Amino acid sequence: MATASGGGGEFVDKFPDEAAIIKASFLIAFVSLGIGAFFGLVQALHRTNVLRVIDSADYYTMLTGHGVLLAIVFTIFFLCGVFHWAVARSLDRPAESALFSWAWVGLMTTGAVLATIAILGGFVPNLGMSADVLFTFYAPLQAHPIFYIGLAMFIVGTWLSGADWFLSYRAWRKDHPDERIPLQTFMVLTTMIMWYISTLGVAVSVVFFLIPWSLGLIESVNPLLTRTLFWYFGHPIVYFWLMPAYLLWYTVLPKLAGGRLFSDPLARVVFLLFLLLSTPVGIHHQYLDPGIAEGFKFIAMTNTMFLLLPSLLTAFTVVASVEHGARQRGGEGYLRWLGALPWRDPAFTGMALAGAMFAAGGFSGMINAGMNINYLIHNTLWVPGHFHLTVGTAVALTMMAGSYWLVPQVTGTKLYSRPIGLLQVIMWFVGMVFMSNAMHRAGLAGIPRRTAEPQYQNFEFLTPIGSIFELRVQIALGGTLLFLSVVLFLFNILLTSLGEESDRPVDSYLPEPLSGPEGSPRILDNLAMWTGIAAVLVVLAYTLPLAGIIQNGGGLFGGGLPVPATVSAGFDLVMTTVTSAFNTLWGVVA
Amino acid sequence: MEIHAYEKLWLALALVLIVGFIGTITYGAAGAGIDMIDDKGGTVDPATLDQHPKFGDPGIERNGENSYDVYVVARQFVFEPGTTEPLRVPAGSTVTFHVTAADVIHGFEVVGTNANTMAIPGQVAEFTVEFGEPGEYGMLCNEYCGSGHHVMEGKIVVMEQEEFDSWYDQQQAQGEAEN
Repeated sequence: MATASGGGGEFVDKFPDEAAIIKASFLIAFVSLGIGAFFGLVQALHRTNVLRVIDSADYYTMLTGHGVLLAIVFTIFFLCGVFHWAVARSLDRPAESALFSWAWVGLMTTGAVLATIAILGGFVPNLGMSADVLFTFYAPLQAHPIFYIGLAMFIVGTWLSGADWFLSYRAWRKDHPDERIPLQTFMVLTTMIMWYISTLGVAVSVVFFLIPWSLGLIESVNPLLTRTLFWYFGHPIVYFWLMPAYLLWYTVLPKLAGGRLFSDPLARVVFLLFLLLSTPVGIHHQYLDPGIAEGFKFIAMTNTMFLLLPSLLTAFTVVASVEHGARQRGGEGYLRWLGALPWRDPAFTGMALAGAMFAAGGFSGMINAGMNINYLIHNTLWVPGHFHLTVGTAVALTMMAGSYWLVPQVTGTKLYSRPIGLLQVIMWFVGMVFMSNAMHRAGLAGIPRRTAEPQYQNFEFLTPIGSIFELRVQIALGGTLLFLSVVLFLFNILLTSLGEESDRPVDSYLPEPLSGPEGSPRILDNLAMWTGIAAVLVVLAYTLPLAGIIQNGGGLFGGGLPVPATVSAGFDLVMTTVTSAFNTLWGVVA
Repeated sequence: MEIHAYEKLWLALALVLIVGFIGTITYGAAGAGIDMIDDKGGTVDPATLDQHPKFGDPGIERNGENSYDVYVVARQFVFEPGTTEPLRVPAGSTVTFHVTAADVIHGFEVVGTNANTMAIPGQVAEFTVEFGEPGEYGMLCNEYCGSGHHVMEGKIVVMEQEEFDSWYDQQQAQGEAEN
């Protein structure tokens, strides 16, 4: 797996500059987690009518904050920390320039702060600044320009972070011309290539359309076009959240279980499948959109179904690796080995529970992906029920559990309390069981997502089993448990970072996989080729739908307005920048 | 590349599951004829919706024996018709909906059914629904559309045929008198 690990001192001693970057990223991630989780608590109590401290109109300001702070700021800052750790660790070398690393941390932080200010401005009506547009910011709903500008800066920051890791890889490759790419670095690089391809959509939408439009430079936008560009990015971002969790499941969880990864080559295959299939599926979020032909929806559906494959393969490999660990620890029998696992370790238990819940989330996702059955649950509470299992548990709980093992490596201090950590991960699991099952069932009763009120004037919601009242109680109870779990987590991490330095804060050694990369074809490591195939698939899936939307839906700017000269000049500038950045990246990869 | 025997089996089962899913959906679309929202509804200029021959005065129109077209405009925070006046349809009829949005993106959901579509400015969503027994359905906006999103709702009343006919004739007469 890695060239070297654990042998020569702790991460923080070996890579002090990298540890500082990782600590800064984690700090911003955890502050966002705290604020976002608090908003979540207020929403869960408000929309179930249990406790109302805000106006229903302010609910949407909070919901925007909840979505952006948790799904963008928390997840992405945390994964930047994990990736920075994984690259330095597995290449066994520091980043090329600490200054460059601080540059992307600084740019992402500035962007996140600007977007957050715009969102929180919604609570102060006299300010004239708001961004009550939710996580999806569908035009023609309009936010203050600094929301879009902050978002653009944040995305450019993530591009630079990826460049940082590619530069490390290039320098490593010079010294190791014939070696296989270490697995963790391979995972980081493939994930970042997927991210470069997919963020092009949102960058075009924000830079060419939404920023000029919010500044009044152009009169209107084509709502279906900006929405389609959002989802071009909006589904791959799901895998951008998930890949750091997979990285931890593949490379850390087996070790925590007492064993080692089952198969290195299959882990590579899985990450390549995500690179290829993550982007040409975004239209499955638009099954109910007019203006997109059924054939394009069908293509997106087929690709989506094949995207189940890497996750099903992961289920096998991760369970097999954990079982191997249990047997190393003396576990026996068909299922009795489960008892031999280290259930008192919050890092292990948290990740294992997150994985179990991801299986449930995967099944509800198959319903979402089913082009026709989707009509029953589209935009109902079922959908947030689903993604609180995936990003809200598989990702968030893995990140919190992983922190119990990772944070001590970058602070050099021992975890403050294992029992509190264990209580915290179990509380998250139980809270999510309540909240998510109730949301799924409420969705089947037709209760919509993204709404502040529990009931309507003209009709009542009916549920075949249980009652609507019971569903509301479960959502409120689950939301409360989840918030308390975050409080415990932040408290535990804070006290950990304030603790005394230890020579050996955590057992950070990662063993080699059972089957190493030697037996696998070298073509798996040909990143340039896989990038090319991924780009072709995207072109195939998106060219015709986008052309149709622009041609039939009133042109690039909705009203069929001519392109203003300033915008067209900006268009050229950005196109040149993007193309040259892409060429540089290509050069590094090849 | 060495792949463990159990892993091969798992891979095969995973592929069977995936192909099975695609198969059932294909059957649903081609065999059972479940219709998707697509681009057949065409487009419309949201800026001049008021002058549109159909969306300018949205509502129900008879287009054949037991067969109707319904035009619905979604705008912050009402359905026209649906919110101030219920949307009336006769029992046992086939109704083709044409739904568009005047300002921002909305959702159109008939609660507890799979009649569900996005309403996007500039685009017309077209889908056909069979109405059975007389009764009432709720409808709501299921896409966030602004600070009053949660009050955007309406009602569909499925009426007895004779009752509907007399209401419909009265509407037509009123419309002609106004013109």
